[in-house]
Amino acid sequence: MCTVCGCGQGETQIEGHAHPHTHEHTHADGSVHSHPHDAQFHVHHGDLHYGLGPAHAHAPGLTQARMVRIEQDILGKNNAYADGNRKRFAEHGIFAVNLVSSPGSGKTTLLVKSIEMLKDQAQVAVVEGDQQTSNDADRIRATGAPAIQVNTGKGCHLDAHMVGHALERLNLPDDSLLMIENVGNLVCPAAFDLGEAHKVVILSVTEGEDKPLKYPDMFNAADLMLLNKVDLLPYLSFDVEKCVEYAQRVNPKLQVMQVSASIGAGMEEWIAWLMAGLDQAKAGRRQNVELLNRRIAELEAQLAARPA
Amino acid sequence: MHEMSLAEGILQIVEDAAAQQGFQRVTEIRLEIGALSGVEVDALSFCLDMVLKDSVADGARIELEKTPGRGYCLGCGETVPVNALYEACPKCGSYQVQATGGTEMRVKDLLVE
Repeated sequence: MCTVCGCGQGETQIEGHAHPHTHEHTHADGSVHSHPHDAQFHVHHGDLHYGLGPAHAHAPGLTQARMVRIEQDILGKNNAYADGNRKRFAEHGIFAVNLVSSPGSGKTTLLVKSIEMLKDQAQVAVVEGDQQTSNDADRIRATGAPAIQVNTGKGCHLDAHMVGHALERLNLPDDSLLMIENVGNLVCPAAFDLGEAHKVVILSVTEGEDKPLKYPDMFNAADLMLLNKVDLLPYLSFDVEKCVEYAQRVNPKLQVMQVSASIGAGMEEWIAWLMAGLDQAKAGRRQNVELLNRRIAELEAQLAARPA
Repeated sequence: MHEMSLAEGILQIVEDAAAQQGFQRVTEIRLEIGALSGVEVDALSFCLDMVLKDSVADGARIELEKTPGRGYCLGCGETVPVNALYEACPKCGSYQVQATGGTEMRVKDLLVE
């Protein structure tokens, strides 16, 4: 949309609806310019048009107006919270994954199955994001794993601040695995870093194989794709090869595993992936503790060498 | 996506700057939005209209500067323009293109009184 006059044509693209024409309008400061309506933004190609204002210049002292440099990321606040979470995970040897998908891809079933399989190997806790209800957290708690439900209300995604609060309540033990089940939505959660080690996108074969092309941001943000419900493939016309090709078009580094959470197929590979990540997080914590202990020893030695 | 959260983030940045630098009114906000950032500009303007109401930036003009998408092609080893994440490299046709630019969304500067 043209943000000055509000004439509407923005990035929303409606197939088969071309509407190119140019448009001229006047700014509040009297300057006039035109732009093609099919331009996606009301762009000034990097120029600020201060020289077109009443003073024909923009110098301090000439007008009351001044320019304030900001240069801040719009998501800066979220990213700062995410960094805080990440630091906390590192200190405690916690391996955190952010599970993202559309609603109904089988995230919660996958989680329940994973928790069962991990029972003897790792401590697992879950943060459940949904707009409403605690149904999913209840399903997780039934497995014996601690879970916190975050209801986002009208919100379409979890943010790092919400996850930080959930962590305060979960009291995670050191060296544990945290699974964050994001709100079922293939769009918004892509942009919000929660401090996780990896985003894992789950796509079920009952959805279209072109989902990665339709929702590229999410597949681009993820490091691993779990193709779920593969036990249903014989009954569907889903083309696995094509789906993987589409996903890797969007993200050449994307790792793919084929699983069926309900019958357990392919789950060992996924569990091994989680355990490898957890081992790395544990090793990181041990290394940190070692460094701190060494530092304490050094300081104590320095202290001992001084006369009291 | 989530344009309301982004609009609120922008207001927060503006209000923090107003508190720090003591200006009373913002007449223009200049944003830099990357072509691959996933921001729906139409929705963002709509949300900003609502969010900025009765704030220091009520009625401020929003200038959007679009930064082009860029990517590194693993196929031909070159940095190439990218219009969408799923597009092939315009030089060699490979899909092994990693986005390297155009993903940012920033508040660049403000015109204040």
